[in-house]
Amino acid sequence: MILDSKIPPGAMADKWTDYGFNMKLVNPANKRKHKVIVVGTGLAGASAAASLAEKGYNVHAFTFQDSPRRAHSIAAQGGINAAKNYPGDGDSIHRLFYDTVKGGDFRAREANVHRLAEISLKIIDHCVALGVPFAREYGGLLDNRSFGGAQVSRTFYARGQTGQQLLLGAYQSLMRQVGEGQVKLHTRREMLDVVLVDGVARGIIVRDLVTGRLERHEADAVILATGGYGRVFYLSTNAAGCNVTAAWRAHKRGAAFANPCFTQIHPTCVPVAGDHQSKLTLMSESLRNDGRVWVPRTAGDKRPPHDIPEAERFYFLEEKYPSFGNLVPRDVASRNAKQVCDAGLGVGESGLSVYLDFSDAIKRLGEGKIREKYGNLFHMYDKITDENPYQVPMRIYPAVHYTMGGLWVDYNLMSTIPGLHVLGEANFSDHGANRLGASALMQGLADGYFVISQTLGHYLASTSLPKVTTDHAAFAEAEHDAKAHIDRLLAVKGNVPAVEFHRRLGKVLWEHCGMARNEAGLKLALQEIPKIRADFWNNVSVTGAGGDLNIALEEAGRVADFLEFGELMVRDALTRKESCGGHFREESQTPENEALRDDENFCHVAAWEFTGVDSEPILHKEPLAFEEVHLTQRSYK
Amino acid sequence: MNFKLRLWRQKDRTSPGSFQEVEAHGISPDMSFLEMLDEVNNDMIRAGSEPVAFESDCREGICGTCSLVVEGLPHGPDKGTTVCQLFMRRFLDGQTISVEPWRAKAFPILKDLVADRAAFDDIIAAGGFISAKTGSAPDANGLPVPKKDADTAMDAAACIGCGACVAACPNASAMLFVAAKVSHLGHLPQGQPERERRVVRMVSKMDEAGFGNCSNRYECEAACPKEISVEHIARMNRDYGVSSLFGSERVRAEGGAG
Repeated sequence: MILDSKIPPGAMADKWTDYGFNMKLVNPANKRKHKVIVVGTGLAGASAAASLAEKGYNVHAFTFQDSPRRAHSIAAQGGINAAKNYPGDGDSIHRLFYDTVKGGDFRAREANVHRLAEISLKIIDHCVALGVPFAREYGGLLDNRSFGGAQVSRTFYARGQTGQQLLLGAYQSLMRQVGEGQVKLHTRREMLDVVLVDGVARGIIVRDLVTGRLERHEADAVILATGGYGRVFYLSTNAAGCNVTAAWRAHKRGAAFANPCFTQIHPTCVPVAGDHQSKLTLMSESLRNDGRVWVPRTAGDKRPPHDIPEAERFYFLEEKYPSFGNLVPRDVASRNAKQVCDAGLGVGESGLSVYLDFSDAIKRLGEGKIREKYGNLFHMYDKITDENPYQVPMRIYPAVHYTMGGLWVDYNLMSTIPGLHVLGEANFSDHGANRLGASALMQGLADGYFVISQTLGHYLASTSLPKVTTDHAAFAEAEHDAKAHIDRLLAVKGNVPAVEFHRRLGKVLWEHCGMARNEAGLKLALQEIPKIRADFWNNVSVTGAGGDLNIALEEAGRVADFLEFGELMVRDALTRKESCGGHFREESQTPENEALRDDENFCHVAAWEFTGVDSEPILHKEPLAFEEVHLTQRSYK
Repeated sequence: MNFKLRLWRQKDRTSPGSFQEVEAHGISPDMSFLEMLDEVNNDMIRAGSEPVAFESDCREGICGTCSLVVEGLPHGPDKGTTVCQLFMRRFLDGQTISVEPWRAKAFPILKDLVADRAAFDDIIAAGGFISAKTGSAPDANGLPVPKKDADTAMDAAACIGCGACVAACPNASAMLFVAAKVSHLGHLPQGQPERERRVVRMVSKMDEAGFGNCSNRYECEAACPKEISVEHIARMNRDYGVSSLFGSERVRAEGGAG
């Protein structure tokens, strides 16, 4: 396996522009002859399908949901970054690029990040043109707010529903193309395999989730925009249906998986209440603009928050990081919350939460202003916890939220399987070891609206693609494999629901591959996960039939893939003996307990090649070079 | 807590359905309604029977996937709440709770509690968009939008497309859903060029899909988890009237994409 990043030559600021001229083009009249499959209809998938269809390609879009508008991008709350510098506070493309490379703890590709920063401007223009109702000031111009890891206000937002509004914009563009016949939409279809003909991705196998029928679809190129794998932890802020299945099946066919151990644990989530929980709920990071994070100074102080005087409160982020305060990046905020809770200072019944207190902001701005900015979040918090955050401080704790790792892609967003492209959270490239707030929406839309719509043409124009039909033996073989997998699940006939194995896997990963990791714990996890997997295949209960709408079968299929994938994640974490961003190896920390990188040995992307379920994967390394942003230890003090 | 559930079971689109009585034991008041159903389903799976099919995804009230009629009310008894954000502390211990799918001609039932809402996508495809090709937009601040208009547009755009408005309406009308999109885009300067054809096409697609008419009962607003106001329906009717009187021929002459 060769990892060729295909980064264009030239100065950093000119690469993408120059590359635009050097790419080969598909004649407008020939575009309709190319059929393109897009799997996933979140921000990246919907925007890719819409923009490719606008250019004339014959697009087929697939989603496992009943409608493209359900994709989990919809739940993103806080905002989207762009280097517009509308507030005039010194922002620029270079600063957004710099902040993102540094925020990612120097484990992202510089060229990709620079391109992202350049495109960020166009995204906002396009979204406004589509009718995304961003927040505005009284003069009618766009409003901005600040977010963690940056000292400028560059985040555009639509109340606490930015992801929803951006997704609906992309969804509406997609549906417009469906109406015009440029996109054929296939809803309630789950991708079970990617089909390779002569080593090139030429189609997919999907299961119709209503009839249970397996279908073959051929194309000239396949695009995966299937999201992240955060639900491998079982409890996360991801939606119940989020899964790794499409990415994992592609990995098993030869797509390298990059940096799977880079997961983001988001600092501001509603704390775990009990074993019954099916998911955790995020409270947008934007709340840290006006909320102050604190715990009592003394361990075991059980007084209600209002009775604890100012001097006995430990505003740990403000004290430790005076220049960034409550707006330190997510990994730093999460680790500090864990540290104070580990030291016995945590609040709430479990002692596993910290306060996020709005009383100062309410005094300063009035309750009305706070309601306008965060009303829906406060409402949601009240619903879940039965506590009114206008009156008592919120309690928050970190939870799994996003995955920076994903399928390895080159500068063109193509994986190690020729013809298979990967966009958005499903790929690995732009966030390094830690994603800054409001950057996921930016990346999903950059990949979908602006990158793939150009690089795909280059691939199609420079590759000779013989005609392939679904009668080809490769389709029959892939369909046979998918069917065998389903039959195997139905044949176990145990008496344990799949969710129980999922919970067990999640606990192992949270314990040993969560906010802090060490060699002993990771080695233990490497022993535990195969045991859970074996137990699953002996005792799982999947009731109902294969040829029907069967929610038990859908869930079991996804859990089976998580049980294989989880092991790769742990292996990656064990191999990376440094701390960086969201990956905190206890053996590697500074005297002040901050993440200590080891650039000499680990300044690379770890890309794994599949060799079999019970056999060790092969590690390939793509070295990272930093020409513009010099490697330094991150400091937010 | 313990509950007696009456769950709607239906094999597929064409088979008749009926209620199944199921006991739910040891439910924590902090569980959401869907987490309670998860428990019930897991018990069924353990016992070797098929779980009740229902849909959900984000479980934080924003994706619009969950769609249950609880005790006769779409999304249950709480105001401004999706059923995934409805908590069991809201119910009485020992209570009998009936659970049904959305019921509307335009939303056929696929299985148990799962209804097919593809008609909503068809309505959006007919006109619920602004036609702007990727890469052609002027600077985002080139066209100021009065804050009041942007805020009203956002109020309407908050619709999650769940279909509770249809399920609540005695006529199974989709007016609130359609009006929310018409009003969202119609309040923005970017949405003006297509304002007439948008409303005509969307309403015509809505009629075609088999949704009923509005008779001003306002059940939709009461059931809407995002509390979208029926004022948007009045606005849509005004736009529709204007388009029908002065612009319909122009709209018709251009033909329809839907």
